[in-house]
Amino acid sequence: MDAPKTGDFAHIGKSVAIKGELSGSEDLYIDGQVDGSIELSGNNLTIGPNGRVRANINAKSVTVQGKLDGNIRATEHTQLRKSAVTVGDITSQRLSIEDGAYYKGKIDIQKDGVKSEPASKPEAKPAPAPVVHVAPAAESTENKTPVMEPKRN
Amino acid sequence: MASVSDSLMRFFRSSSGAKEDAAGAKGQRLTRRSSGMGEIARSFASDTPLCVLDLGSTSPNNIRYMTERGHKIYSEDLLIASTDPALAIKDEQGNPALDSKRFLSDNLVYPNAHFDVVLCWNIADYMEESLVKPVFGRLWSTLKPGGMLLAFFHTKEAGPDSPCYRFHILGNDMLEMQPIESRAVRKGPTGAVHTAVGGGFRLQRVFNNRHIETLFRDFGSIKFFLARDNVREVLVIR
Repeated sequence: MDAPKTGDFAHIGKSVAIKGELSGSEDLYIDGQVDGSIELSGNNLTIGPNGRVRANINAKSVTVQGKLDGNIRATEHTQLRKSAVTVGDITSQRLSIEDGAYYKGKIDIQKDGVKSEPASKPEAKPAPAPVVHVAPAAESTENKTPVMEPKRN
Repeated sequence: MASVSDSLMRFFRSSSGAKEDAAGAKGQRLTRRSSGMGEIARSFASDTPLCVLDLGSTSPNNIRYMTERGHKIYSEDLLIASTDPALAIKDEQGNPALDSKRFLSDNLVYPNAHFDVVLCWNIADYMEESLVKPVFGRLWSTLKPGGMLLAFFHTKEAGPDSPCYRFHILGNDMLEMQPIESRAVRKGPTGAVHTAVGGGFRLQRVFNNRHIETLFRDFGSIKFFLARDNVREVLVIR
């Protein structure tokens, strides 16, 4: 349902398993299995409902519908859909989590964007005015978009 | 006379505890005022970034509440984690049990004195007996000295079918409670313990005050708040 149109992105299908370092300069949709690391600076990554990923991810935006075991570093937006099972730390500028998504890890929302190198320490300023969306209730299966804008300080 | 008592009842219903009028339909969310959360919220107002561990089901509200205030939040759903079939073992009598050592090697793996606040919500009442003490022992060590832990415990009036809720922070002392529904079969590894009311978790036991004090005996102080919805809120400080 949420798979993007083919042609606009690279696609790793259900039956494909990859081990190693994955990098590129186009959007990527993973519905198969990936073990290693994923480097898509400036591009979007979607882990489809059948996707099984064990990797640290560096991308512009990350959407998880399947299973992810690894850290996410997204310079813009991270989305955990209701079927997502995610274990790992998230560093992102914006984050939305749908009802029903399972998440275990540390969340670091960064106001001024996320640097692509994870080495930098987050600022210790209070009230960074992050953007975290509250997704709709699990019952409303069709409504996938975030419905509540967070209040800003 | 009747109008006076009606007014009083309305006052009580609105002043504390869950709003029962919303409780009718199954799966509906309730709101409740939380004195314990209100106490903890004072520290969230500080300029010092805090490290917070939320042990309930993942809540976007809670993440937003913390990150808006510049605090770091860690999320870990211990009840879901306790249903991992790999934890199933047999005890000396051959009865099904959970491997608490393995549970603690996979979960709550944090440095000592790492967190300023731990939000346990109601997990102790719904967690397997064999995990309760080890989990709270681990939580003691992950809390900083002076760190706070908030936990909810049912009173015996609650009844065995009390639904397990997921807690969303709405405001400094206001919570929204959403009944937990399973995303798949949530049968515990030791048997039918987690097949339950509405597909959620089943109340495992009711702690009395002495049990609670024993559970938190290593902590520096303990404070009880009795709510009107058969729940005691307990705020402990390491």
